[in-house]
Amino acid sequence: MPFKLHRGDLHWLCVIGVMLVCLALKNEWDWLATYPENWILPLSDWLNAIMNWIVKYFGWFFLGISWLLEWPIKAVRFALNSLPWSVTTFLFCVVAWAASGWKLAGFTLFSMLYMLVIGYWSESMNTLSLVAISVPLAILVGFAFGVWGFFSDRAERAIMPMLDVLQTVPSFAYLLPILMLFGFGTVVGLIASVLYSFPPMVRNTIVGLRGVSPEVIESGLMSGATPGQLFWQVRVPSSLRQLLLGVNQATMASLSMVIIASIIGGTADIGWEVLSTIRRAEFGESLLAGMVIALMAMVIDRITAGLAARSGDYDPEDKTFAQKHRSWIIAVLGAVLLFVLSQIIGALNEWPRAWEYSPARPMNDSLTYLVVNFRDQIETIKKLAFFFVMLPAKIGLQGAVSPFTWGFELMLAHKIAYAAGMAALAGWAAYRGSVRSGITILIFAILIYFGLTEVPWPAVMLICAVAGWKIGGRVLGIGTALGLGFIVVTGIWPEAMLSVYLCGIAVLISFFAGTAIGIWAAHNDAVSAIVRPFNDTLQTMPLFVLLIPFVMVFKIGEFTALLAIIAYAIVPAIRYAEHGLRSLPANVIEAATMIGATNRQMLWQVKIPLALPVMMLGLNQTIMYGIAMLVIAALVGTNGLEQIVYIGLSDGDFGVGITAGIGMAIIAIITDRMTHAWSRRRQEELGLNLG
Amino acid sequence: MKTPINNHSEVKLSCRNVWKVYGAKPEQFFGGSEGKAPDAGKHADDIHAANHIVANADVSFDVHVGEIFVIMGLSGSGKSTIVRCLSRLVEPTAGEILLDGEDLLKKSDAELIDIRRHKMGMVFQSFGLMPHLNVIDNIAFPLKLQGVDEAKCYEQAARVIELVGLEGRESNFPKELSGGQQQRVGIARSLAVEPDVWFLDEPFSALDPLIRKQMQDEFLRIQSKLHKSIVFITHDFQEALRIADRMAIMRDGAVVQIGRPIDLILNPADDYVREFTQDVPWERILRAEDILDAETALTEGQERVAQGTLVEPILPRLAQSNAGVIVEAADGSVLGVATARGLVRALAGGCAAPSVAQEV
Ligand SMILES: Nc1ncnc2c1ncn2[C@@H]1O[C@H](COP(=O)(O)OP(=O)(O)O)[C@@H](O)[C@H]1O
Ligand SMILES: [Mg+2]
Repeated sequence: MPFKLHRGDLHWLCVIGVMLVCLALKNEWDWLATYPENWILPLSDWLNAIMNWIVKYFGWFFLGISWLLEWPIKAVRFALNSLPWSVTTFLFCVVAWAASGWKLAGFTLFSMLYMLVIGYWSESMNTLSLVAISVPLAILVGFAFGVWGFFSDRAERAIMPMLDVLQTVPSFAYLLPILMLFGFGTVVGLIASVLYSFPPMVRNTIVGLRGVSPEVIESGLMSGATPGQLFWQVRVPSSLRQLLLGVNQATMASLSMVIIASIIGGTADIGWEVLSTIRRAEFGESLLAGMVIALMAMVIDRITAGLAARSGDYDPEDKTFAQKHRSWIIAVLGAVLLFVLSQIIGALNEWPRAWEYSPARPMNDSLTYLVVNFRDQIETIKKLAFFFVMLPAKIGLQGAVSPFTWGFELMLAHKIAYAAGMAALAGWAAYRGSVRSGITILIFAILIYFGLTEVPWPAVMLICAVAGWKIGGRVLGIGTALGLGFIVVTGIWPEAMLSVYLCGIAVLISFFAGTAIGIWAAHNDAVSAIVRPFNDTLQTMPLFVLLIPFVMVFKIGEFTALLAIIAYAIVPAIRYAEHGLRSLPANVIEAATMIGATNRQMLWQVKIPLALPVMMLGLNQTIMYGIAMLVIAALVGTNGLEQIVYIGLSDGDFGVGITAGIGMAIIAIITDRMTHAWSRRRQEELGLNLG
Repeated sequence: MKTPINNHSEVKLSCRNVWKVYGAKPEQFFGGSEGKAPDAGKHADDIHAANHIVANADVSFDVHVGEIFVIMGLSGSGKSTIVRCLSRLVEPTAGEILLDGEDLLKKSDAELIDIRRHKMGMVFQSFGLMPHLNVIDNIAFPLKLQGVDEAKCYEQAARVIELVGLEGRESNFPKELSGGQQQRVGIARSLAVEPDVWFLDEPFSALDPLIRKQMQDEFLRIQSKLHKSIVFITHDFQEALRIADRMAIMRDGAVVQIGRPIDLILNPADDYVREFTQDVPWERILRAEDILDAETALTEGQERVAQGTLVEPILPRLAQSNAGVIVEAADGSVLGVATARGLVRALAGGCAAPSVAQEV
């Protein structure tokens, strides 16, 4: 390609120029390096004032709601705790069997027995009772909003951003206002969990109702349906599968939020057990309790997903009453029988203490053995990662390279070599590939040299805003500038950059490693079969639990957080890469084969470019997963916005917590919009339609 | 077998100057004019120039009782829109639609629901079956909506299932059926309420050619039993020829020509219509009564053929003698003599057909 500069490229060169000027001047002008203290908008103080005012004048109202909601929770708790374990277990197994079959019933039985043997039965039931109340509420609220959004475009325009915010504001951030309004207690967990879990129901309701084919609607109308009949007998049943998918997602979200909400304490549930054992460094116990959560999540997920999948297959009509309602009859008869039996045989009522067995002690011992004996190796891994990956990204090569870390001093010769090397690389890329890739290399070279946290805020803002403008148009550009502006003027910019740096590294590693695995899995069915259950498990796992194994080995710190984020965020990268490659149009592949492409050419020049939009959607999800995990990783000691949110929660400082929370939501929404816009543009260019 | 159409039979459904315009403010073009623009073509162009989409422009036709009226046109010519205007699934922008002489557009929502429940049935291109209901429940669905009691619903559903030949499939779900079978369900459902007027929007277009032919036969068989008043949409001229009593050809939302298939073949209104009719094998369309020759006198003892006989089998006889063959109606009365000269005249465009319905 001839070397030709477009106007867009000139814009980017200007951006690089501004960036270099900022870097040069930052020692002269302090405000470039750090946003001055006295320009900061005291937003958190205002928010606190507003909150106090609300609590003072309307507190009674929220406490009233809280009091009302307390009752059903108490009732369900009482019921689940006083029901004989044999009855509860049996009922769950029947539901699992009806939803999916013998395999799931067996797995459910195993999980329930695990809870009993390990001795976490009542904690598990407490968690379940909260989920049992929150899910129906979330489904009701979500369905109502979904229907409203479906019928009214204006309502939809109002609802959608609200959902974005609810799903991207870190969960810790809205625990606090709920706590302040509704008072201490299980109700906080309930409300937080409803708020967090109704959005997926809204989305699925809208998608489901939209997806009903127009001819089905028309045939309903021509059958003479009244508006009510059309809705309940045509639209809703035709979109049942999607609605049940919403139920599945809402349930999973609810469970994860109930667990997170245990952080405020006083709930005596399984989440609290995990947290307090982590805090006491009783890793064996925390792992065992974490397993309970993981099992619970998997069972609930499989059951609700099974119901959704089942909603398509129907049994033949010509069946007797007993055949049609077989599961109900079995459930009722079995439950009554077991209840009666358990009144006679005590062991069926309450699991005997003697049958409990917790391997926590030996687990702790072996962990100690491991950590002591492999201390050197563990330390080396940590050090290598810290010196050669994390530190350069954070404070740049300029700050990271020293005799102590890299073994040599950064001399003028090195600097010149680096600059020349990078310039040459960029020039080569611009010449061989596209000017834009050369510019990207330049920007990254500068960022790596100076470090993300050391680049002056106006330069970072400018880069992001221009990127938003180029990718998604003027609206996205301005939106990006405003969003980042909020972060700057509220004075949380430094922490925001620390979040971006940690999450950024994790996302990059997840994306590249995950994509590589995904490519492998797309070409090899055996690998695919091995990877899939891992992905399923990681994806259903409540985030808390993922922290445990890493904290056990690497203790508290950023490195542990990094690993936990990677473990979670790698899942979508793998999934989307494999899916993108496997769902390529067969005729393109055949055509390329006929032309005589080698395997390598096929991969790099045909498959990957075509699958790139899907992979970009994967990147989008990788980022979202990364941010979600980052929030939780605050527990193991990070320094970014997520930590401020967490501190805000533990100090009871609403304003600080919510400001930082909004900051994180802004970052999440901006990256989401950018990756989506990019993927959509590529799809249009390639004439694909991936939804 | 086609029922000979009787032009004097009662009009069931009538479409008068119907317009459908999509866009920001479609009403602005019809200030109380009821769609009767002096120059429809120019009016449509004006609307188009104002960035509105004209899906139907000044469409008028009558559907008689017991008649199969086919609307034919390329995709995007406004066929689906007009049939939806007839059932008010789409609200016409201007014009009148008369069902049994009453203006359908003036009916309230409740009246409309009632009309759809008892007088109209519709079959859709991609079937429009309820995915969550099995065959018999799909078919009983319109009856259940009316609140008919369950036993009666199923009794009636079983009757139409037999009519369309789906016995034994009652408890299958739509996705377990082939396309042809699904459309049989669609047909059965639309017939379950015993409607007078039957709309079919490209009912066989989604099916394979062989199945399509089979379904057309099936359709004609059902119609020969039920004698509904039918509006049948298709983009396939061959299909139109097979089943139409009369047909309308549409282009860009407007009707170009209306008439019996043979009228269109022998007297195409313009090049657009000629495009369709050009390649039609006339010997399989033209019937004995279409090539009557008034100048040839009857001779005793001549061969006789029944009205409706195709020209193809009698070609050898026409070639042998100038005297031709006598064409007689079902009641034995003589209609005239079909001769080679009559055939040539018909093909030359000097149509010998008794009536040319040229309503455009
Ligand atoms: N809801 C709508 N909004 C805008 N334009 C429409 C709408 N429905 C149909 N049209 C337009 O009206 C024209 C006729 O469409 P249609 O009746 O579906 O054609 P056909 O059934 O003959 O293929 C097409 O140009 C189509 O784009
Ligand atoms: Mg159509």
